[in-house]
Amino acid sequence: METMRAFVSFGTTSLRLLSRGAPLYWAWVGVLLLLVASGTMAYLDQLRVGLAVTAMRDPVSWAFYIGNFTFMVGVAAAAVVLVIPAYVYDWKPIREVVIIGELLAVSAILICLLFVMVDIGRPERFWHLIPGIGRLNFPHSVMAWDVIVLNVYLLINLVVVTHVLFSTFRGRHYSMRLVLPLVLLSIPMAIGIHTVTAFLYAGMAARPYWNASILAPQFLASAFSSGPAILLIVLQLLRRFTAFEIRDEAIQKIAELMAYAIFLNLFFHGAEVFKEYYSNTEHSLYTRYWFEGIGEHRTLVPYAWAAVALQSLALVLFAVPALRRHPVALNVGAIATYAGGYIEKGMGLIIPGFTPDTLGQIYEYAPTIHELRVAAGVFAVGFLVFTFLLRVAVPILLGQERLAGSGMQPMEIPK
Amino acid sequence: MDQRPEPVSRRKFATCAAAAAAGFVLTACGPKRLYDVPRERLRQLVRDMEREYSATYGKDVTVSDAGPQPGVVFGYALDISRCIGCRRCVYACVEENNQSRDPQVHWIRVLQMDKAHGVDFAHADEYYEAEQVPEEGKFYVPVSCQQCEDAPCTKVCPTGATWAEKDGIVVIDYDWCIGCRCCMAACPYGARHFNWKTPTIAAKDVNPSMHYLGNRPRQKGVVEKCTFCIQRVRAGRYPACVEVCPVGARKFGNLLDPDSEIRYIIEHKRVMVLKEELNTMPKFFYFYAT
Repeated sequence: METMRAFVSFGTTSLRLLSRGAPLYWAWVGVLLLLVASGTMAYLDQLRVGLAVTAMRDPVSWAFYIGNFTFMVGVAAAAVVLVIPAYVYDWKPIREVVIIGELLAVSAILICLLFVMVDIGRPERFWHLIPGIGRLNFPHSVMAWDVIVLNVYLLINLVVVTHVLFSTFRGRHYSMRLVLPLVLLSIPMAIGIHTVTAFLYAGMAARPYWNASILAPQFLASAFSSGPAILLIVLQLLRRFTAFEIRDEAIQKIAELMAYAIFLNLFFHGAEVFKEYYSNTEHSLYTRYWFEGIGEHRTLVPYAWAAVALQSLALVLFAVPALRRHPVALNVGAIATYAGGYIEKGMGLIIPGFTPDTLGQIYEYAPTIHELRVAAGVFAVGFLVFTFLLRVAVPILLGQERLAGSGMQPMEIPK
Repeated sequence: MDQRPEPVSRRKFATCAAAAAAGFVLTACGPKRLYDVPRERLRQLVRDMEREYSATYGKDVTVSDAGPQPGVVFGYALDISRCIGCRRCVYACVEENNQSRDPQVHWIRVLQMDKAHGVDFAHADEYYEAEQVPEEGKFYVPVSCQQCEDAPCTKVCPTGATWAEKDGIVVIDYDWCIGCRCCMAACPYGARHFNWKTPTIAAKDVNPSMHYLGNRPRQKGVVEKCTFCIQRVRAGRYPACVEVCPVGARKFGNLLDPDSEIRYIIEHKRVMVLKEELNTMPKFFYFYAT
C-alpha cells in the first residue's frame, strides 16, 4: 500500500516536472510536437491511400523506413558500450551515465518499433505476431527473433530505469539483486538485437549485397560508433543545462571506445569493398551502384561518398588523443560519426541491396516527402519521449525531487 | 486440512460461463489463419467469401476450397527456344487471376535477354517495347513464382501467412499477411508483388471462378503471387498461361506421374532451373527443345 502511494506520488511528480520548464524546453517540445503532427498527417494519408505514397515499389520493397529502423537498433544497442566498463570493470566515473544510456535505449527502441509499424502494409494486424492469439513463426523467421529480442530489450531497460528512478525517488538505494542481473543480461541482449537485425538481412541469399558474414560484425561496429556519438552530445548538453555532473574522464572514455568502433567499422567496410571489387563477380553490382552508380542511375552516389568522408573525418578526430580532448573537435567528430552512420545505414544498407532487383531491373529509389515527414514524425516521437524521460530522471537523480519524508541522499552523483 | 471444494457461487459460475462463451466466440468468429482452419469452418468461410464477392461484383462468384490431391505435385517447364516474348501469358494471367488493373500488377515478368550474354539478369530488360517480337539477337525468359521446394519466402514470413501446399504450390493467406514484405526481400525471383494501393478491377472483368488460396480479390497492403492458377489446376485444368501461349512453350503437369509430359521433358531434355546455386529447388524448369 505504501509502495502504491509512493508510486502514485512518483507519477504525479513526473507529470509536474514535465509541465514545468524554461522557454527553451517548451520551444524544443513545441518543435517536436509540430513534427509529430506533420508526421501523423502524412501517416494518415499513407493509411488511406496505401504505401503507394512512398517511393517504394516491388523492386525496392524496403527502403527509408527500414533503413532508419536498422540505424536506430544500433543506437539502442549503444547503452551497452557504457554498461560494459561500468559494471564489468567496475569503472566508476562512467557508471552514473549508464542510466542516461538506458533512457536513450528505451527511446531508440520505441523509434525502431514505430518504424516497423509505419512500414507494414496492414498495421492493424500486428497482433497476428502475438503467440496465442496469432502465430509467431518462431524459430524459422528471423523477423520473429527480432520481434522477441527488441521487445525483451525494451522491457529490460524499462524495468531497470523505472526501478532505479523510483528507488532514488524514495530515497533508497536500488536493489542490486534486481538491477545487476538485468544489466548483465542487457549486455548480450544489446549485442543480440543488432546481431539478429543483421541476420535478418544476411540470411537472405536472394540479396548478395547483404548475404555476407561480415554484416553482423559490421553492424555492431557501426552501432558502437554512432550510438555513443549521440550520447556524447546528450551528456554535454546535460552538463551544460543541468546540475548533472559528468566527468571529462567519462566523456573521454566514451570517445576512446568510439575510436576503436569507428576504425573497425571502416575496416569491415573496406574488407567488403575489397572483396567485391577485386573478385569483380556479378554480385559486385550492388556495391558499384552505391559507390559509382550503374549507367545513368547515380542517385545514391553522393550519399555514399558523404558517408565515407564523414566517417573518415570522425576516425581522425577520435583516434588522435589531442584532437578528441578538444571540445570542438570532439563535437564535430560526434556529429560526423552520427551523420556518417545514419547515411550508411539509412540509405546505404537497404536500397543498394534491392538495386538492381533480383531479375536485374533497376528502379531508382529516393524517398518522397511523405516518407520524410513520417520519418521525421517518428524521430520526433522518440526525441519527445527521451526529453520527457530526462526531464523526470535528471532532477530525481540529482536529489532535487524526493518523496515527501524520505531521506535526501542523492544516488551516485559524485561530489 | 479441509479438502472439500468451495461451493461455486452464482457469480463465479456466471463469470466463468461468460469467459468461456467469449473465448468460444473469439475462436469461432475471430479471423484465423486459413492454414489452421478446420475443414468444416473453411467451408463456411468460403461460402461467406462467395456471398461477399457476389454482392461486390454483382455476379455469381464461386470460391473453391479444393485441397491438394494425393500423389500430385505440380511442375512447370518452359521452352526458352520457343518463347517469342509476346507477353500474352502476362495478360492472360492478369485476367484469370484478378490482378489489379490500376495500379498494374503482373505475376509474370518477361525478360528480354541478349543471345550474346545468355541467361544473365544483369543484361536483361523487362521493359522492352518492340514493334515486333522476337527481336533480332534477343531471346526471352518469362519469370514468375518458381514454386520452390525450399522456399525462402515461406521461411522468413513472421506470421506464417504463406506456406507450401502438399501439391507444391506456395500460397498466401491474404487475410493473415501483415504486409511486412520480408518475403519480397527473400524471394530470389522477384515473384512476389505488393498491393501498394487498393487494387482496382472493373466488375465486368472479374473472373468469378476463384479459389480461396488463389485469385480471390486481394486487399491493399498485402502480398500476392502466382499460384500455378490453383483454381484451375486443382480442378484438372491447365494454368491460363499454358493455354494462351501461341507457340506452345509452356508445359505443365504432375511431377509424380511417370507418364506426364512434364516428366518426359525432364527425362529427355536438358533442363535447368534459375539460380540453382541458391538451392531453392524450383519446380519450374527451363529447357531448350530445339
